[in-house]
Amino acid sequence: MVVELFLDLLSQPCRALFIFAKKNNIPFEFKHVELIKGQHLSEEFGKVNVLKKVPALKDGTFTLAESIAILLYLRRKFNTPDHWYPSDLRKRARVDEYLSWQHTAIREKGCRIFFTKVLMPLAVGQPFSPDKLEEAVKEMNFTLVQFEEKFLQDKPFIVGSEISLADLVAIVELMQHDPNFLGCKRFADRPKLAAWRSRGEEAVGKELFQEAHKQVLNAKSLGSMQLSSELKEHLKQILK
Amino acid sequence: MLTGRMALELYLDLISPPCRAVYIFAKKNNICFEFKPVELFKDSILGRKMSGGQSHEGQQHTEEFAKVKILKKVPVLKDGVFTLAESTAILLYLSRKYNTPDHWYSSDLQKRARVDEYLSWHHNSFRRIAPKTLWIKVLIPLFTGQAAPPEKLQEVIDELAASLVQFEEKFLQDKPFIMGSEISLADLMAVVELMQPVGVGCHIFADRPKLAAWRSRVEEAVGKELFQEAHEQILNIKELSSIEVEPKLKELLAPTLMKMLK
Repeated sequence: MVVELFLDLLSQPCRALFIFAKKNNIPFEFKHVELIKGQHLSEEFGKVNVLKKVPALKDGTFTLAESIAILLYLRRKFNTPDHWYPSDLRKRARVDEYLSWQHTAIREKGCRIFFTKVLMPLAVGQPFSPDKLEEAVKEMNFTLVQFEEKFLQDKPFIVGSEISLADLVAIVELMQHDPNFLGCKRFADRPKLAAWRSRGEEAVGKELFQEAHKQVLNAKSLGSMQLSSELKEHLKQILK
Repeated sequence: MLTGRMALELYLDLISPPCRAVYIFAKKNNICFEFKPVELFKDSILGRKMSGGQSHEGQQHTEEFAKVKILKKVPVLKDGVFTLAESTAILLYLSRKYNTPDHWYSSDLQKRARVDEYLSWHHNSFRRIAPKTLWIKVLIPLFTGQAAPPEKLQEVIDELAASLVQFEEKFLQDKPFIMGSEISLADLMAVVELMQPVGVGCHIFADRPKLAAWRSRVEEAVGKELFQEAHEQILNIKELSSIEVEPKLKELLAPTLMKMLK
């Protein structure tokens, strides 16, 4: 029985998983859970992940939530190349360090920008608040400085010379803010970051990278997304 | 003769939950380390004096410490020239380097995944919400001289309650511990965070018998003496309310305070 991955490529952590599984030729069944249709809120999906979030994994009777946990599970089960999660004690610690920090840093700030600029307006039917967006972008910028100074520094990748889970998780988050997307110039004025992202794309494989990001790079279609009414209600609750 | 091998250093302030997790884990596993005290609020907490010539800023922001931690947070590990931030990373590093008992981070694929799953979820749930109780009940009054609006506390309590429901439903369920029959890093990280509201008088375990039973089990698995030792400061945090706060410190913390009150 093949591993099932419940994904929506609009979601950053889902893209990390999709890319990781495909790159490592891990056989899996892609179970599409469409976020804008509110499918993640269904009772059926709740049986896979009671937290009602994507991504989720189902391996036989074993279900697992949280992208980081799923990435680590897959890399262990399928014994992927060492560079993804180095067996060297200190290099591995560096990956763990990034994977921990990113939750409340790049991931959180990135989500806030996306909510403010795209989801909130769609949920309440009003244009986004420029002040709120400015605040969110400011926080993201500060986080990116920390990222460059502490995690990337002058290395090709976070852990050194090869791509790891840390870079993968970071890149997909920042692709939510690609110049093509949301009009945010995340990479335009940051040459070091842009160079790192190119390296990441190449290490993953351009075709796979583009495939994973097709939806999110299509800014026009995002602007015209139709959220289900259930999702709108749900968002209004959590975005107050 | 032993060569000058630097001891493992752990930079901790036991008021911080992740620091307590690291402290308890290291002590429980008899890992030799040098405790490097970091006082997040400098002299303002329990009137302790700073050692050596320090600037007037909160100790954590001094240059020296900043070299150790660009991210300006505790806990921090320093092992020779290797420095490491983030409690999860530190715990995993210690468990591997010192080959701690398997139950802390099981070698079983699925059990380990459960611990990873909790450690990931933890960041945006307990870690994010529980500390607010300290801010609202103790720190805001301390730094502003005024009580925080009661609605703010209720908001936080409600948010925490929702997280506790998810925790019981998804992570704990009817098992003795998150992973199953034995304590793991997941239980440790969870319990220290939940002691924060307890320390400031939010008795979250009072009407939650399943959770209270779990907490007792964790305390026993860790060792009551060690558990109490680690939590001594937070359980006596009310002593703070009578302390004089340095104006410079108030200034530094003002933006964080404003955020809390929004």
